[in-house]
Amino acid sequence: MNENGDRMSIIVQTIASILFPLALIFSFYVIMHGHLTPGGGFQGGAIGASAVALLIVAFGAKYVEGKMEEENLSIFESLGGLVFVIVSILGFFLAATFLTNFLVGEPLFGIIPAWGEAPLNSGGVLPILNLAVGMKVIGGLASVVLILAIASKEGEK
Amino acid sequence: MKKATAIAFIIFSLFLFFSAYEMRSFGNPPSEMDDRIIGKYNSTANKWEYGAVNETGANNAVTSVVFDYRGYDTLGEATVLFTAIAGVMMLFRREKK
Repeated sequence: MNENGDRMSIIVQTIASILFPLALIFSFYVIMHGHLTPGGGFQGGAIGASAVALLIVAFGAKYVEGKMEEENLSIFESLGGLVFVIVSILGFFLAATFLTNFLVGEPLFGIIPAWGEAPLNSGGVLPILNLAVGMKVIGGLASVVLILAIASKEGEK
Repeated sequence: MKKATAIAFIIFSLFLFFSAYEMRSFGNPPSEMDDRIIGKYNSTANKWEYGAVNETGANNAVTSVVFDYRGYDTLGEATVLFTAIAGVMMLFRREKK
């Protein structure tokens, strides 16, 4: 630890602030292409949470806590779970059963792809569920990493 | 010990590189053969006769299993994650100043 508290050196801080938006974009790419390529909500959410962990390593838990509070991350996570359950129950009301893929065949998200490359708006409710799970994993894992980092800092004193 | 670690690392990276080289192109299904899960594509009529792509519209059959056919399982996984995070938040919460 240097005089900056729990921050690392200026080189690590610069590299982390360059890599953080790239990691978030990659995480969003993996989440939104979950129905086309390998990956999905859980994997992309883990990538986004590791971006937040990189910020915590480089800038310290105190600084990151000032920028994003773990309560807001927790609210984000609960919002993801709520979207998942609401889409599932909509399948119950608009189609046959709970978690029915009721958007297949519709113009929005419902295109059944031909052979080869598929468009992004295919898959029915799968992109929405992927996005919900991604929100859940990003918010949950990031809040856990943040709150554990703060708790370990307070335990050292 | 260090040498063994380096050799293991090189072998693992070779596995990764070869499997990345063998990957099919972006978003393509594995092959045009009659597949019980992915389905059979009728190229004269330009549509799928049966299978996962016809039923869910997703090109990725694994995602169609995880989020459509076994959606309850994913809901349970999300609930497990929610419970674990609620436990961590309950253990490490702090008083409001």
